[in-house]
Amino acid sequence: MLEIKNLHVSIEGKEILKGINLKINKGEVHAIMGPNGSGKSTLAQVLAGREDYEITKGEVTFQGMNLLEMSPEDRARAGFFLAFQYPVEIPGVSNTNLLKTALNEIRKAKGEENLDAMEFLSLIKEKMKLVEMDQSLLSRAVNESFSGGEKKRNEIFQMAVLNPKLAVLDETDSGLDIDALKIVANGVNKLKSKDNSIIVVTHYQRLLNYIIPDYVHVLYKGKIIKSGTKELALELEDRGYDWIRENSGELAVSK
Amino acid sequence: MDEILNIKKWYLENFEIFQNSLNGESTRPINQLRKDAILKFSELSFPTIKDEEWKYTNISPLLKHYFKPAAANHSIEKSKIDQFKFDALQGFLAVFINGIFAPDLSELENFPRGAVISSLDEAIDSSHPAVKKYFNKYADYERHIFTSLNTAFTKDGAFIYIPDGKIVEEPIHILFIASSNGEKILSQPRNLFSIGKNSQVKILEHFVSLDEGIYFTNSVSEISAGENAIVSHVKLQEESKKAFHIHRIEVEQERSSNFSSHSISFGGNISRNDLNVRFNGEGGESTLNGLYLTGGEQLYDTHTLIDHAKPHCTSHEHYKGILDNKSRGVFNGKVMVRKDAQKTNAFQENNNIILSAEALVNTKPQLEIFADDVKCTHGATIGQLDMDSMFYLKSRGIGAENARAILIHAFASDVIKTIPLEPIKNYAESILTEKFNKQFQQ
Repeated sequence: MLEIKNLHVSIEGKEILKGINLKINKGEVHAIMGPNGSGKSTLAQVLAGREDYEITKGEVTFQGMNLLEMSPEDRARAGFFLAFQYPVEIPGVSNTNLLKTALNEIRKAKGEENLDAMEFLSLIKEKMKLVEMDQSLLSRAVNESFSGGEKKRNEIFQMAVLNPKLAVLDETDSGLDIDALKIVANGVNKLKSKDNSIIVVTHYQRLLNYIIPDYVHVLYKGKIIKSGTKELALELEDRGYDWIRENSGELAVSK
Repeated sequence: MDEILNIKKWYLENFEIFQNSLNGESTRPINQLRKDAILKFSELSFPTIKDEEWKYTNISPLLKHYFKPAAANHSIEKSKIDQFKFDALQGFLAVFINGIFAPDLSELENFPRGAVISSLDEAIDSSHPAVKKYFNKYADYERHIFTSLNTAFTKDGAFIYIPDGKIVEEPIHILFIASSNGEKILSQPRNLFSIGKNSQVKILEHFVSLDEGIYFTNSVSEISAGENAIVSHVKLQEESKKAFHIHRIEVEQERSSNFSSHSISFGGNISRNDLNVRFNGEGGESTLNGLYLTGGEQLYDTHTLIDHAKPHCTSHEHYKGILDNKSRGVFNGKVMVRKDAQKTNAFQENNNIILSAEALVNTKPQLEIFADDVKCTHGATIGQLDMDSMFYLKSRGIGAENARAILIHAFASDVIKTIPLEPIKNYAESILTEKFNKQFQQ
């Protein structure tokens, strides 16, 4: 599904990612954990095609394609999806309008016909149930004056409608109360299948109680310093990040 | 310089021709006003960029042409005007060709009893009391040269009179069609809308052209909104991209009246709008919204003045501009709060989006406050499309062109959605769609 080889990324001359290697197979759920500033969000943004970053070295293949050479829209059309850490508010554009345009562009890229109004409506109604989203949010402007929870739920709702092959959830859990977290996790679990893959980027272990990862990776200072199974997440919760830093030969920075 | 003198001479000569064509009419009192106005015209200078009010609008291209005042005998086929009508706009239609009323093309049957819609010529002819009361009351020909030119050639235009307590539910579509046929026509409709106490009306002033010719529309509209009246004014400017358009709109609002202006502007080579609103009683409310879309080498200029002369009035002004290519925009919005105008509430905002490196906007919101218990805010922005929003849309699979179109729609939407005439709202949407993306469906 996705293979990242020795990825180095800088912004304004400062190296953020210093050689990431990661392989994700079809049907797997991977968690990427790490303290603030470790490069988690940079990795998510670079995969989605954000242009502010400079890729200095390495390659990323997505379903056999060179992901780094594709435009953000082509990545989405090929089945890549990023649930934003900070979803953007777009006044004047309704949620429905965004989804309809997005869905039809993705379908067009696959050589499929546009959905007619009825088909579209029944699709979004079905997917709304997944994230228990209120119908009134559909006609409202994208994320405008949505609560933090509504914004995150809206991201997962978009994911449900667009049905990606690989979804990266960038700190989708941050700022959510436990009820909202369960709803979001529940939605993601229903979307999970043997044909798609999910990368959960998170700071906390909490979300991983609900979305069970097959693999957990620890990102620290731009490198994956440890990988393991879901038990690693629990251990991180108990012991913090310091022990890994020490084990990996890093000097623990006292705070 | 000689050129400008020659242009002036040209209009003075044409005034003589115009006078001779009036025959018996020239003995009427209005003709004295025409003569006073042409005298002022001869005395006043054409504005240059040294004039504060014209600092960013250089009208020298306009003064290179000898525009000929339109003649009355021009007719066009009825089928030709269908393209300018809105099927969904069920109401009355008054058609003017080059500023001259065309009753055979108009649809004015069943106009409410007691109310009048006619050519201004007719209203002057019949000595309508509203003409006596309001004509030439607000538009000052003594200070503005283009107003003096318009006043000197006063002949035709739209006249609407709504008596007290009359609600005209159907909108009135006034269609100003330029038909230049290769001639450099000067079209000068002079409009007067007198709206009585407790009355309501919706008026659309719509400027269009049959061809992409070089012509000059120099129009003046005077509007009186009586006590507690509700007046919705929409202007849709779709002149030829080579045309010159100058339009002065003067509004006076009596106590507790509600006036709204929506100005949607797509056309013209140089267009200059002066919109002045004065509160003449307490409790008035005014909304001035505008959307301008420019491309090529178009120049769009709007100057507004909201005169809070009385206390307890509210004004809300929001103009938005989308500028592409080498086009230019000028917005100058002045809000004046006079000494006695306590409890004034005034909001003013001008936002612009620049789509190219060469487009330019000069914006100047101005507040002059002489009262101490008021709430006023103003602001202006000039920027590009938001890159975060752009990336967000692209990350959902939406291509760059569609993403751009969506964001432009979104930018314009808060002005468009306030247009009180649904078909015009939809039309403005469709213009944006057509311009920025043919495939994009709202």
